[in-house]
Amino acid sequence: MGELRLMKGNEVIAEAAIRCGCDGYFGYPITPQSEVMETLMAREPWDETGMVVLQAESEVASINMVYGAAGSGKKVMTSSSSPGISLMAEGISYIAGAELPCVIVNVQRGGPGLGTIQPSQADYFQSTKGGGHGDYKLIVLAPASVQEMNDFVELAFQLAFKYRNPAMILSDGAIGQMMEKVELSDFQPRLTAEEIKARYGSWATTGKTADRDYNIVTSLEMDSAKMEHNNLRFQEKYRTMEEEEVRYEMIECDDADYVLVAFGSSARICQKSVDIARAKGLKVGLLRPITLFPFPKKSIAELAKRVKGFLTVEMNAGQMIEDVQLAVGCSGNNVPVKHFGRMGGIIPTPGEVAEALEQKLIGG
Amino acid sequence: MDLAEIIKPENLVYKKPNLLTNKTMHYCPGCSHGVAHKLLAEVIEELDIQEKTIGVSPVGCSVFAYNYISIDWQEAAHGRAPAVATGISRVNPDKVVFTYQGDGDLASIGTAEIMHACNRGENMVVIFINNAIYGMTGGQMAPTTLLGQVTATTPCGRDLERNGYPLKITELIGQLPGTSYVTRQSVHTPAASRKCKKAIKKAFENALAKKGTSFVEIVSTCNSGWRMTPVDANNWMEENMFPFYPVGDIKDAEKAGPEAFTKKN
Ligand SMILES: Cc1ncc(C[n+]2csc(CCOP(=O)(O)OP(=O)(O)O)c2C)c(N)n1
Repeated sequence: MGELRLMKGNEVIAEAAIRCGCDGYFGYPITPQSEVMETLMAREPWDETGMVVLQAESEVASINMVYGAAGSGKKVMTSSSSPGISLMAEGISYIAGAELPCVIVNVQRGGPGLGTIQPSQADYFQSTKGGGHGDYKLIVLAPASVQEMNDFVELAFQLAFKYRNPAMILSDGAIGQMMEKVELSDFQPRLTAEEIKARYGSWATTGKTADRDYNIVTSLEMDSAKMEHNNLRFQEKYRTMEEEEVRYEMIECDDADYVLVAFGSSARICQKSVDIARAKGLKVGLLRPITLFPFPKKSIAELAKRVKGFLTVEMNAGQMIEDVQLAVGCSGNNVPVKHFGRMGGIIPTPGEVAEALEQKLIGG
Repeated sequence: MDLAEIIKPENLVYKKPNLLTNKTMHYCPGCSHGVAHKLLAEVIEELDIQEKTIGVSPVGCSVFAYNYISIDWQEAAHGRAPAVATGISRVNPDKVVFTYQGDGDLASIGTAEIMHACNRGENMVVIFINNAIYGMTGGQMAPTTLLGQVTATTPCGRDLERNGYPLKITELIGQLPGTSYVTRQSVHTPAASRKCKKAIKKAFENALAKKGTSFVEIVSTCNSGWRMTPVDANNWMEENMFPFYPVGDIKDAEKAGPEAFTKKN
């Protein structure tokens, strides 16, 4: 059993970063995630593990610092909240285009614009469909508990390095700010310069030595044929992720007539809604996508063969519903897919969701 | 006589630096980038720091700098080279990191990144090519474009009311305590090139001695963008750019810090 603590989600991101042997964090303050950098600065990991923590002048700078450090083969990350992630879009696209591993945490708040500092899930499209310019995908993990804020830091790094692709932890202000019991991961040492050179020396800027040609980290390719080839290679990588990395959780779906589909804090709320509905004798289950990209479309298609309908519950105007509709549509089973959402930083109550289920799906 | 007979070691007075690759440069004939690259390659070679030097190329004509010098490189987004270099340098304190940036890259879109990297005193070298124009995109106005200078977006000359003043960013950089060495050079004559090489060497020596940021501006020509012959461009630079961007050291301090000495121009 690892060390047990009562901690905020944001604090846990920081602690997990130190413990997993992260080499560097670059960030800029924004509510509701500022505790990530504050915790790191208070922990002074540079003395303990040698991890670098730097407050950048902007999110534009922090993502480009991540690009530089990641390009040298280091395990580095940043965190922000919605407006800051928008500013990072160009840099994230460059990181995807140069095929660099890194972790980006988005503790979402409501938008558009400056919006609100309250929780939201309105960055689903931005996170899962690219966000910046060009055809690229992020690996997107959606934690639904403080425990998963801990667990997904190392998981995100593992996936990022496995695919040489940026991975995002898509959290929100509720998970970031709430305190829960968490079992912290054990400490892993940071990789040494020799280990980094041995593992990533074929592509990273570890310094040109006589034993290899010099390395260039770039997303640029002026020859269209080669650039198309690069794009095809990226698409192949994303397809492999879809085959191998889908993660989800099913709760009481075995006998379900109706299935709620929700991620992150919405999924936490929906667990309670399932209980409320079941107490009324309704056979309701919950499918919680853990990876938003790759999306669990196969399991939704499977469910579509035997359930009477789906309700997506999201803290937005209806974004993930498009992926659920697509999965259901492709399954050839024409069952209804509805959406229930609250916006502007309002978190739906379990009762509200149960009611919406009856009104939009069962009664309708 | 064959080549081996002509090039005897005792006759050899000059050769291409080993670190310059054999790739044909894409730069226009007359452009300053090529000379600046050569000086950079010579300095890295002479200091024997190929294994520990990481270059950051910008968006601009020198985006392909990585094709020409045999060291590890990262290509940065437009203006962000100082942030990219900060990232590399912070997690690799044993490395010597430099950025190579044009005036649009450094003094317009990337103003925040260069100011803050220099102000933090990131241990790195900045090579700043000031050709008073956006070369790569076809010769539009740069922040450094002189008043009255004709560009694709100032067809009647840069107008004070519409476009404001040209930016002497190097003087601003010299005020920042994080910098230890700030200088302005040129490469339009062999003598100027020799001086410029000395400046670049000092900047790299500073990085090796962990003296914070060293900043070398090279006042440069862009004869294609300026729509001139190479010779006319050199003359135009001497007559018009040097009075506004005077060549010489702006700051040469023992180390970075608030007490760092700033020379008056
Ligand atoms: C975000 C972004 N905006 C604009 C551009 C287009 N662009 C490419 S190079 C350049 C100007 C480069 O000029 P400068 O930095 O002076 O370098 P030079 O080409 O003169 O060497 C611009 C505006 C871009 N690539 N990215």
